[in-house]
Amino acid sequence: MKSPRWNPYLVGALIGVLSLLTFSLADKPIGMSTGIAQASGACAMPVIGSDGVAENTYWAKKAVPAWDYGSLFVLGSFLGALVSAVMSGNFKLESVPKIWRERFGSSVMKRMVAAFIGGVVILFGARLADGCTSGHGISGSLQLAVSSWAFFLVMFASGIITSFLLFRRNSKA
Amino acid sequence: MPNPLAFITGPNLLWAGLLFGFLFGVLLHRGGVTDYNVIVKQFLFRDFTVLKVMFTAIVVGGVGLFILHGQELTNWHIKPATMLAVVLGAVLFGIGMVIYGYCPGTGVAAIGAGKLDALAGFFGMLVGGIAYAFSYDWIAANILPVADLGKKRLPELSPLPEWVWYAGLVALAAVVIALVARFEKSSPKS
Repeated sequence: MKSPRWNPYLVGALIGVLSLLTFSLADKPIGMSTGIAQASGACAMPVIGSDGVAENTYWAKKAVPAWDYGSLFVLGSFLGALVSAVMSGNFKLESVPKIWRERFGSSVMKRMVAAFIGGVVILFGARLADGCTSGHGISGSLQLAVSSWAFFLVMFASGIITSFLLFRRNSKA
Repeated sequence: MPNPLAFITGPNLLWAGLLFGFLFGVLLHRGGVTDYNVIVKQFLFRDFTVLKVMFTAIVVGGVGLFILHGQELTNWHIKPATMLAVVLGAVLFGIGMVIYGYCPGTGVAAIGAGKLDALAGFFGMLVGGIAYAFSYDWIAANILPVADLGKKRLPELSPLPEWVWYAGLVALAAVVIALVARFEKSSPKS
């Protein structure tokens, strides 16, 4: 099968150009985790009611659960990857990634639980830091923001330590 | 400050979000970063795709924005340097990124590429968002104010002119890319 992947430097350059378009044409940065926090507010609504969500300081002021530029950006990213994967013939349902299977076995349940927990931790971290790999890592770093470079360096160090603790043993990969 | 190029406003912003997001999703997939193995192997220094993509994006976007901003065609969008929150958040983020195997953006894109573990992690992210919203009042009172430097940019920390910082950024990226190329040459596996 032909690889759907483009040269990573080309992809990086195009993401850089895309960020210039969003900054100049829409006066917005590229960002992802705020949109997901907005979606979390929408999910909380059936449980705590729309009043409960409206009374929460965070959802009222920082991540209003509504369709706006940020939340539609999240939906667009999903659709873009879907179309790209299908058109390149690369779309494939997969539950347990190779490097995970080699280290932790092929249990689907185990991988799903871990991914879920990882998801909880990463988004809590992203909201605490006020940005993720998109908002801080790309949009913030390229503006030379102090917060974003601090985030980038600490996040990378934390990821290196975690990955060596978890995956050190399967050195064959 | 009004941005003279920003003709996308009001309801059109919704379509712009969807379109820009779509392009971002295509690029993440084509870049190969919607793959758990690629992301985890970056942290293990066995695959440098993530660094290649990010550093090129930062240099192209950064130098471009430096020029646009010099012509007063864009505004800065700086996130506050609430240093304790940024550092704690980044530590959690790095741990979560290895266990989840994606970051929030590549996770959303990976769902589109058919990765079911990315979908499980997305539900986790929704729970993480809910947990943060419920903790927000306490965090805003106790964590965010600690070591809050404000919306600072690196050039504001020194008397060096702006262009020196961007020249430094380009040089840093060149060094990183050169080191990666050298490292990949010396370890032919994968």
